[in-house]
Amino acid sequence: MASKILSEAGLSVAVVEAGEDFDPAKDEDRTQLRPPWESPRRGASTRIRPFGDFDAAIGGWDIEGEPYTHKNGTKFDWFRSRMVGGRTNHWGRISLRFGPDDFKRASIDGLGDDWPIGYDDLKPYYDKVDKLIGIFGSKEGIRNEPDGLFLPPPKPRLHELFMKKGADKANIPMIPSRLSILTKPINKDRGVCFFCAQCNRGCQVYADFSAGTCLLHPAMKKGKVDLFTSSMVRKVNLDEKGKATGVSFISKADMKEYKLNSRVVVLGASACESARILMNSKSKSHPNGIGGDSNALGRYLHDSTGSDRMAILPDLVDRKRYNEDGVGGLHMYTPWWGDNKKLNFARGYHIEYWGGMSQPAYGTGGSMNSMRQYIKDEFGQPSQNGGYGAGLKKDIRSLYGSTLGMSGRGESVPRHDNYCEIDPTVVDKFGIPVLRFNYNWTDQEILQAKHMHETFEEILTGSGATLLGTKPGPETNYGLLDPGKIIHEVGTTRMGNDPKTSVVNSNCQAHDCANVFVVDAGPFVSQADKNPTWTILALSWRTSEYIVDQLNKKNI
Amino acid sequence: MLFTGSIGTGLLLTGCSPEEQALPQNAVLAGGTKGYRTKEERMRDQELLSETFFTDVERKKLTTMVDIIMPKDDESPAASEIGVVDFMEFMMKDQQYNQTRMRGGLMWLDFEADEKYGKSFNELSQDQVIAIVEEVAWPAKAKPEYQGAVSWFNMVRDMTCSGYFSTEPGWKYIGYVGNKPNVWDGVPQEVMDKHGFKLEEKYLSIYLKPDDRGTIAEWDDAGNLIA
Repeated sequence: MASKILSEAGLSVAVVEAGEDFDPAKDEDRTQLRPPWESPRRGASTRIRPFGDFDAAIGGWDIEGEPYTHKNGTKFDWFRSRMVGGRTNHWGRISLRFGPDDFKRASIDGLGDDWPIGYDDLKPYYDKVDKLIGIFGSKEGIRNEPDGLFLPPPKPRLHELFMKKGADKANIPMIPSRLSILTKPINKDRGVCFFCAQCNRGCQVYADFSAGTCLLHPAMKKGKVDLFTSSMVRKVNLDEKGKATGVSFISKADMKEYKLNSRVVVLGASACESARILMNSKSKSHPNGIGGDSNALGRYLHDSTGSDRMAILPDLVDRKRYNEDGVGGLHMYTPWWGDNKKLNFARGYHIEYWGGMSQPAYGTGGSMNSMRQYIKDEFGQPSQNGGYGAGLKKDIRSLYGSTLGMSGRGESVPRHDNYCEIDPTVVDKFGIPVLRFNYNWTDQEILQAKHMHETFEEILTGSGATLLGTKPGPETNYGLLDPGKIIHEVGTTRMGNDPKTSVVNSNCQAHDCANVFVVDAGPFVSQADKNPTWTILALSWRTSEYIVDQLNKKNI
Repeated sequence: MLFTGSIGTGLLLTGCSPEEQALPQNAVLAGGTKGYRTKEERMRDQELLSETFFTDVERKKLTTMVDIIMPKDDESPAASEIGVVDFMEFMMKDQQYNQTRMRGGLMWLDFEADEKYGKSFNELSQDQVIAIVEEVAWPAKAKPEYQGAVSWFNMVRDMTCSGYFSTEPGWKYIGYVGNKPNVWDGVPQEVMDKHGFKLEEKYLSIYLKPDDRGTIAEWDDAGNLIA
């Protein structure tokens, strides 16, 4: 986003990207619409592609030569997406605006801090992002789930209708989802969705949003944008006066160190990576790195909570076949409906729904040693679990498309004590000091996960489904996933008015270095029960306009 | 098009290590995953494809097993006819942590064949093979001493099915008709009727209408879509 806005204002922009570039519209790059038999592992995941062999995400939680460490028994999994467009290549496309309350949580429940800006400051930018990038949805008038400029949403799938029945009985709302997928054209440059449900592979007609195809490549065509790929930024360089002069990076092609000079440095490397770059930007003027004296650099790290439950719908055994791919994501979702004042946890969560006749690939037909019992004969007698042969084949076919599930994605409370810092004893293969994580969930998140499971059971049983597995209990923190698994880290370079408790100001400008800005989710003060991407885009647009304004005024 | 497991490159035949030979960025060599790949991914696929994991004896045992799990019937082919064993060969190299378990189970087949019939597994008749499979195919009924083998057979069953249904004949059998450009216009009416579902009134005018996909979107000042 920043490269687009800045280059359109006439500035020369260099984009320094740790990964490579690719274009899903080129047949040799395309993985969309490739059937599993075009992969020797039939689409299974690998270390470098943890979401599947055809998924656009390259990198993952465990990258060769790029370690990170933990302290105090912390379990934090840190995802890196190493290619142009980063996580926007494989994200879930769920695009939810923060609501007015989401900027003022401390005023509401006394935990954490308020943002120094509010919904009204960002609303004009959310509107602009909706129009530029496109999002489908329905106007609902829910106060803390602000409506956008929506494209038409797709009709629900069958399993979503079943779960809606359960949600209705439980008095829990379920509305059309809000995904950044073009169901109608918004301009002449991008095509419209043709419902293959493979957005995560990268769309050859650019119908789903990815920063590379929708923002960077068009900016490169229009303006003065140079893209440096396979270039790992080590640090921001500073002069004696403490002003940024550019960045140092290692080119992976020759493993040599280079310096790129610039008037302004904009970091968008993802929350923890940008914090790491600032921490490593130590110099005479900034002995603790940029933002190093804020007592907030790397601090207040938080990820969304997550927990899931599966079930099976007897009514969908031997279901009629038709093409139910749809868009690459859920067609309906549940925004947070509860009143936290009446609950034993402070923040809310939204619910995602999945299921249906998805593409058979690696893993299909598995677990018949426990699932075959869900085939019942005409007397209601369950089949024996396990087995082999023609009968097994038929039963797999009968069960196809009958499983479904729900996932909660919630807001966690930011804490000073959840953080990343530089590990002084470890460097990665580029010689760059690595991050060390310290992170714990609290009762706020654990009790929220407990509530999720009570809700899941209520909706699933109300929909006529049979629950699978057992409801997780306190010994597993109610199935709460390890932090970092949801890949929504925010907060490590948080914004604020006070340089002693925040890294950047409300324009995402570093307090102690006026020509350094951060445009990923690091500046978030709190997270909301809403995915960060739309807010990252709106904030980045706003920050970029501020940069242009400041350059014009010669303030930086 | 189907993965054949054949070696299509001189990369390892010439004795050069993968690091010494730089692969052209977009080289699409036989058998590796199609589409954008990093250099490391291409080299890894080629390396794996040029190695052999199963011995001939093991392959024969596995072929017997997969065809019992997914046999030919009047609607569909046998697993070994559609590359399931080749798929399992590749997965053993791709996911090395499963190798010992797989090998151990294949060895156990000979142990059991010797115990029951005084022969090696590959010498058994079909009935004798089925008798052994029956001991391990049904987790709820298996005798305690077979628990380890039950667990191994679960893995073999899972992998066989995985390899079976991720093929064109597998898709045809299971009835998947997606993976193609189309227009989603909701669940077919007969299916809606069968389950007693109706779309919500308030969304009928809002849901995507396939015919509306030609005009560029415009909104009024209240944020309502007007075109």
